[in-house]
Parts: sequence; structure tokens; C-alpha cells
Amino acid sequence: MAGESNGAGVFGSSIRRREDPELITGRAKYTDDLQLPNTAYCTILRSDYAHAKINSIDASEAEALDGVIAVYTASDIADSGVPGGIPVGWLLPDMKIPEHFMLAKDTTRYVGDGVAIVVAEDQYTAHDALDLIYVDYDPRDGIADPKKATESGAPLVHDEAPNNIAFDWEIGDKEMTDAAFANAAHVASLDIVNNRLIPNAMEPRAALADYNNITGELTLYMTTQNPHIHRLLMSLASLGLPEHKIRVIAPEVGGGFGSKIHHYADEAIAAWASMQTGRPVKWTATRTETYLTDAHGRDHVTHAEMAMDENGRFTGLRVDTYAAMGAYLSTFAPAVPTYLYGTLMSGEYDLPAIYCHVYGVFTHTVPVDAYRGAGRPEATFVVERIVDEAARVSGIDPAEIRRRNFVAPDNFPYQTQVALAYDSGNYEGALDKALAEIGYDDFRSEQAAAREQGKYLGIGLSTYIEACGLAPSAVVGSLGAQAGQWESAVVRVHATGKVTVYSGCSGHGQGHETTFAQIVASALGVPYEDIDVIEGDSGVMPHGWGTYGSRSAATGGSAIASAAEKVVDKARTIAAHLLEAAEEDLEFENGNFFVKGSPDQTQSLPDVALQAYLAHNLPKGIEPALEATSFYDPENFVFPFGTHIAVVEVCADTGHVELQRYLAVDDVGNVINPMIVDGQVHGGIAQGVGQSLYETAVYDEGANLLSGTMLDYAVPKAHFLPSFETDRTVTPCPHNPLGVKGVGEAGTIASPAAVVNAVVDALSPFGVAHIDMPVTSEKVWNAINN
Amino acid sequence: MYPSKFDYHRPSSVQEAVQILSSNPDAKILAGGHSLIPVMKLRLAAPAALVDIGRIDALQGISRSNGSLRIGACVTYHEIANSADVQAAAPALAEAAGQIGDRQVRYRGTIGGNLSHADPASDLPAAALALGATLHVTGPGGSRSVSASDFFVDLMMTALQPDEILTGVEVPVAQSGTGSAYVKWEHPASGYALCGAAAVVTRGASGSCTGASLCFNGVSSTAVAATAVAASLVGSDLSDATIESAVGDLSIPDATGDMFASAGYRQELAKVMGARALSTARDRA
Repeated sequence: MAGESNGAGVFGSSIRRREDPELITGRAKYTDDLQLPNTAYCTILRSDYAHAKINSIDASEAEALDGVIAVYTASDIADSGVPGGIPVGWLLPDMKIPEHFMLAKDTTRYVGDGVAIVVAEDQYTAHDALDLIYVDYDPRDGIADPKKATESGAPLVHDEAPNNIAFDWEIGDKEMTDAAFANAAHVASLDIVNNRLIPNAMEPRAALADYNNITGELTLYMTTQNPHIHRLLMSLASLGLPEHKIRVIAPEVGGGFGSKIHHYADEAIAAWASMQTGRPVKWTATRTETYLTDAHGRDHVTHAEMAMDENGRFTGLRVDTYAAMGAYLSTFAPAVPTYLYGTLMSGEYDLPAIYCHVYGVFTHTVPVDAYRGAGRPEATFVVERIVDEAARVSGIDPAEIRRRNFVAPDNFPYQTQVALAYDSGNYEGALDKALAEIGYDDFRSEQAAAREQGKYLGIGLSTYIEACGLAPSAVVGSLGAQAGQWESAVVRVHATGKVTVYSGCSGHGQGHETTFAQIVASALGVPYEDIDVIEGDSGVMPHGWGTYGSRSAATGGSAIASAAEKVVDKARTIAAHLLEAAEEDLEFENGNFFVKGSPDQTQSLPDVALQAYLAHNLPKGIEPALEATSFYDPENFVFPFGTHIAVVEVCADTGHVELQRYLAVDDVGNVINPMIVDGQVHGGIAQGVGQSLYETAVYDEGANLLSGTMLDYAVPKAHFLPSFETDRTVTPCPHNPLGVKGVGEAGTIASPAAVVNAVVDALSPFGVAHIDMPVTSEKVWNAINN
Repeated sequence: MYPSKFDYHRPSSVQEAVQILSSNPDAKILAGGHSLIPVMKLRLAAPAALVDIGRIDALQGISRSNGSLRIGACVTYHEIANSADVQAAAPALAEAAGQIGDRQVRYRGTIGGNLSHADPASDLPAAALALGATLHVTGPGGSRSVSASDFFVDLMMTALQPDEILTGVEVPVAQSGTGSAYVKWEHPASGYALCGAAAVVTRGASGSCTGASLCFNGVSSTAVAATAVAASLVGSDLSDATIESAVGDLSIPDATGDMFASAGYRQELAKVMGARALSTARDRA
């Protein structure tokens, strides 16, 4: 990497997060903290019905309430002349794309679908007025189950999508895979439900829109992971304002897990209401609205089969999935169960034949879109569960069957049967390390002894791979993305040698202000304290694509490294001029340029910066100032991998699953800040354990959300979890300048399978082959007793 | 999370509070607020007025006299869980209070609010019932006492009249030979009891059981006493095997279930929690 010779050791050290003092003392400013003079407050009336025709809306009482400025419905938005659309940003062949308007026009399609808008002088009045709007609904049948929704006679979400099928997608070679099954010695088969999850970012979504009707400029402060994407979609699809007249600012954002990637109606409604009233308008979701409107995650019904030869070598994998899209196609929803799912079906295995078929299905539910891991947790769960089932039916130890089927370390780059080309890896290395640390060999005898005493211990492996940092843009575009996947950076060295870095990423808890500064400190040899990182303002930095999909270090960090390298190159030219030496004779170490062999006479980066700004004595043809911009488009995805192991004890009396140990050995390439990487792994595991043991969005037969509050939806608490053990192997990414891969989603991707495999292992004396998530104590008790 | 408009009163005496309640039929008593405020924010409740009894001195404090423990209605879970008097006199009550919610909830929530709210999944009702607590109530017509077994009427319904205030709870001090315990299986989301078991047992000089009580939260629409199981233990040796066999016959009529745990599973949990509570109580007796 650029600047690795500076010896500062900043890259790779566990510097404490510089963001935290503000965050933990309450000084950080989130969207809802911001106050603009003359602000009005907006609330949104939401459908209580999963599916209903709207006969009429009577808002007269609400309009008459003191303090109410206006009540609007869909027809007001349509009449205002704005496009009013909420678009999908990933197109698949023959996909049905029903209209998604900012408010329901004549039909509501999920509980929570927006029906009317109140704008009032204060929050209380805005909420009071919601109770005074009378909607005459004609309720219709709704459906929430993605498989049942495709059956004939199921209620239709959109008339133009027969059998509620949004798309019919496949990857791999069906004939070759069928042939593998025809010749198989053993076949493992599982029916799997990947439970629907509700994102729980600590900060609910919010928007403060300030439309200036003199200049025609809209400033939109909002909870976003990608301000530029929101600016683009607000301009093109929702508001019709010219892109350069919209400035989207992400103040401090309190978590997202994907839920703040998507372009929702609500923030567009706040902006539109500001355009109508000529006043700043604020909308802040209640926690209830968060549950009813933030895009949910997962929600797959899958049948998976693995074919093997007599030695337990995998010969074919066949997967058939019904993936819920919810009521409308959310921003990147079609990519999640397709290109982020089917392409991962090879796992870490040398699998000669794969066929994966996916129906994307409309249901009368909140739209489903990317949620931490997005497609890859679902794929990993299928692969790692079917591999364990393959071990069970073939009688081969789960660690051994994995080892037999891994892509060998000398087999990279490895072209899978499902499009991805893995660039590097050492899967057995991570497995061996994890098995040694958990004491796998001893565990089996402990397990046998414990069973004698009526104690049921289980161990579960998840040898996962993930593909993150989607790229390059041309490939992503060919698969249907209506977005690029490169990233931008500006590295600006000021006249005094202090540095401001601008990134097109948009962190919301990841620690970019720390890690990106570490990258630049190492590259420029400038003290870490002298570097600030700014993100999240479409009016300040060049276009960027934001933070999601574990892309920020690999893609955004590489853009920063590349901009820093350009700065060093320019500084070298100026330094050579000042030192009256040839550029190629200069060394750059610890932020100082000097002629090889003459380290006493130096030009430091700050010296050069001052000269660059004074511009009194610059080499011919060199422009003043010292900054560089980079737009970095990676060659390929990055492929983190590793082995996670869960150890559980199941109480036969109650069915309780106690997670006793959880070990993660991850390979995320070079590590910028080990503490932050550990933090990401810990958070990811907690979320994955949440999915496997506790969390699930429950809809009733009529598609009403039953788990609509935190009283019902179980986000894991600290005391449910053991202290995680983490370790790493390091296989640098060969194609980016930092050698880094992503880590934000690894824990969420790997852990559900590890936990469920452990529970199934614990229950093997009872002949249990599978339990769907969340593995509640009741399900376990039933498995033992029935 | 914006409640509807309401008036706010902060009386300084029980009498004044009763007076305000009598003249405001749509008023609700506010104590710790940890059940009431959330439902108001969800607009599931919209009382016209709140009567904040949090600063009435007479409702504070824990005192012990004449073989009983008197706990003011506004004493918090935290105070109860950490009171040496409660821990010694009624361990099941201290244990139940210590397992409610989280630290912040325990610093605010009160015993009076908890029992008056009568949430079937809350932790204190079963403990109050098993310990044979007496609830002191004041209304416009004066004060009266209600036994815990008469207090809990149905789902979130008690013997309290709308203009009455629960002022305090009296619990008998455990005599030598008596032990009590509360064991809970918590709902992973809410932290409420999927099943909570409170047990009190008394052993005679010979070690055999002379009295037993076993009550549950979370499995029915109110806290419920397993009288048959308790009766079957009297005269027994209270061995693990005896307890296990006794709870094996447990049947809770009208057991309730929800999307997280069925009625049948809660019954099974009740057997396990019941046995654990009984054996712990026995060990303390």
C-alpha cells in the first residue's frame, strides 16, 4: 500500500474510535436533534389493513383542528405535478414493476402503507390530527406467506403480477445438476424457512426538509446510509427537482443495518410537504412506524438438496426458493435473493454442479430489502445447513466433510458454477485454527459423557464465504443495478499540513472517522490527529454510493488510499523541485521527502503543502494547492471467509438453548483497526444469534403484523450472550491497494448456521434433523418430546 | 410516541389523591409510570387526567412490626429487591422484584403500580399470592384490606374501585421453618414472565411439610394458585422426587398462549419452574 514505508504503525493499530466521546455523551446531533426556525411537523396516517380498497377519505375534522396546517392525500401529490414515485433500483429480466406512489392511491397493500399526510405546528397536534381522519376502507384478503402467495386463488397484491410472482430467476446449470442427483450415492434434503427480520437501528428514520421557494433549493437532512443515492432518486423519481438543487445531508446516523439504504416514501413526503408549505418540515418515525415501514429482511421458504458420491464428495446442489418482496419492490430488493444469494451457493466448496431457482413474490407485507448481510446470510444458512445434513446422512463428521469439499488453497482464483470468481482464500487454515481453539476433538468425548448424565451439548460449524464490496460497476450494471459501485474520495492537505478527507461513503456507526484517518496517516506520514474525515453531505463531496454491503473499507478505503497516493505523487514533484533533485532520487518516509542517502535535508509534507499553497516557487506546469480526488472502481468483489463455531447446551426439561461459547475465526484480509473489526464481528454475531434464537416478524393469516413492538419482537439482550471469542487469519485481498476485505456483515452471515447446527447436533440423540429459526425453547421442547 | 392531551395532578396526601380521583372519573393513577406511559404513548390509553402519587410520603417506606412487613405502594422494585428486611422476611418477593425488567425499570416501577395493573405476566402477583399478602386500599369511604387471593379478579382487573388507591402491601414475616422462592422463565423480548413460579413451604419439627403454596404468573389471565399441588405436598417429605411427582399432576385451567409460547408449553414450563421454586423454598425452610 501507498506510504507503508512511513513506519508510523497507525494502519493496523487499535486506536480508540474518535467518534465515541460525542456519541456516548449525547453531544452528537441526529436528524431529529436539528432545529430550523419555523419548522412544521409531519405525520403519516397508515393503513390498518393489509389489503383494502380506499372508498373515501374524510379529513375535514383533522383540517379544522387548531394547529393543523394541511392534510394531504395521494391526489394532492399527483395534482402537484411531481413524479411522486418510489422506484426500484435493480432490474431483473421480465420483472413485474407495479407502480409505487408516495401514498396509496386507491388500494393499501400492507399494514403501514401511507394513506394521508398531516402537517401541523407541533408534533402533538400532528399526531392528534391522525385520529381525526376517517378513511372508508373496503377490506380485502391479504397474504403474508411467500410460498402460499404463489398458489392459485391466493389474494393478489398487484393485478399485473399473476400468482404474485415479481420475477422468476435462476442461476447455474439445471441439467448438469439433475444428472449429479441421478448418479448420487447419498442425497441430503432440507426444507428451510429463513425467518423474516425487522431491523432495529437505535435511531428511527427521520427527515428534516427545508425547501427554499425563492432559490428552488431543497436541503434534506435525513437518516441515510447513502446521501447521493437519495438525492438521485428524490430528483428523478419522487420530487422532480433538478439534482443540483437538492442537497442531502446525513447528520449523525444511529445505525442502519441496511434499513437506511432504501428510498422510502416518508422522507420524500417530508420534502414534498416542505415544497407545498414553504416551511421546513420534520418527520420522525415512531418506533411503531419503524416496525411498520422499515424494509424487513430475509423471509425465504426454501427446499435444498445436496448430492454426494460414496466418499462424501459433493457432486451437486439444488436450491428452490420463494423470496418475499413484500407489497412493493424496494430499492435494491430484487438483487438480494438473486445476485446476492444464488451466486453464493458454492460456499467454500468445490461444487461441480449447482442450480438455484428463485421466485420473487409479492405479499401483503412491508417491503423486504437488504438487511445486514442481504442474501448472503440466507445463502450461507442454506449451504451450511445442507452440508451438516449431508454429514448426518453420510455418517461423516461435519468438520471432515467440509475439509473434503473445500476449494483447495492452491486452486485460486476459483471460478464457481454460479458466476463468482473467488480471488483468494485458505479455508482449511481458518477451519484448523477454529477447531484447535474450540478443542473440537475433546468436545466429542465431553459431549458423549454429558449425554450419559442427561446433558445435551452440541457443536455447530459454519465455514462461510461472503462476497462484498460489489464491483466492478460494469459487471454490477450488467446484472441489473441502476447504480455504480465505485467510490470517491478527496484528500485535501491544507497549507499547514493538516488534512481533510472527504469520502462518498456514509458511515453510521462503523468508525470511518477513525479508520479512514488511519489509512491517510499511514499513506501521508501525517499525524493521525491532524486528519479529519468528512462524509454524508451530497453538497460537499463528489458523488459517492454510500455505506452498505461491507463496501466502505474495500471500496471507499481504496479510493482514499488512491487519492492519498496522488497527493504524495504531486508532493514528490514539488519536493524534488525544492530539494533541487530528480523525483526518482527521492525517498518518502514518515512524511518526509529526502534524497536517497541524505536523510538530513528534508522537505516534510507540511513544508511542501505550504509551498504548494503559496505557489511562489512551483515547478513548471504544476498547479497550486495540494489535494487529489479519486474515483475508485474495484476489479472484483472481495471475499472474506472464515469458520465460526457455536457450542450450546440444551435443557431437555424446558427446551432452553444456552449458547455457551461462540468462536469466530475470520479472514478479512489486512486489518486497519483490530478493535473496530472485533466490534463489527461481535455486533454481527449478536444479530445472527438474534435471528437464530429469538427474532422473528410474525404475520397472521390475514397479513397483520403481530410482532409489532419490542414487547413481542425479541432483539437479543447482552445477558443472553456469552463473551465471544474472536481470532483471524490474514489472506490479503490481491486486487485492492490496501489488501482489505469487508467485515461489517461477516458475523451476521456466519452465525445463524453455526447456532442451528449446534442445536441440531445437541438434539441428535432425539433424531432431530432440522429446526427452523428462531429456535425457541418451545420448538426445541417439541422436538424432544414429539 | 406522542400521547393525547391529559391533565396532571400531583396531590401531597392519599386523601387529596382520592378526592381528585373521585371528581375525575377518567383519571388514572401515575406511580412509576412504566406500564401506563408506554400505553399512553401508543395511544392505547388516553386518560383525561393523571394523578401522580409519587410524592406522597405515606406511600413510601418498608417497615416491619408484629410479624408482618408493610411495604408502601410507591416503594420501587429496586428498594424491595435490595431490602434486607424483605430478603429475610419474604425472599420470594425480593427475588421477584429483582427480576422485573431492567435496572431502569426497577428504579422507577413500584409494587403498588404493579399489583394494581395486574398484568398476568408480571412478577409480583404470584409472589403476593403465594406469600398470602394483604393489600391495603383507601377510597372515599375510608380504608379497607383485601387479601391477594381476592384482589386479582381477571386480566388486568382487580378488586380496586376506580376511586380507590392501593396504599400498601402487608406480607407475613417468614417464621422459622418457612422458606420461599420465585423462579422465572422470561419472555426474551418483553422480559415479562412466560412462566413465573412463587413457592412457599413450611416444614415441621420432623422435617415434613406442614404448609405449602405454589402460584404462577404468565400462564393464565391472572396470577393463579396451584392449590391441588400444594395440598398434595402437605405431610410429605418434600424430597425432589416428591416435588417432581406433585408438579407432574399440575394442571392450570384456562392456560393462555400467544405467538411466542403456546398454552400447552407454558403448562410444561410451569411444572419445571414450579419444581425449581418448591425445591429452592424447601432448601430455605
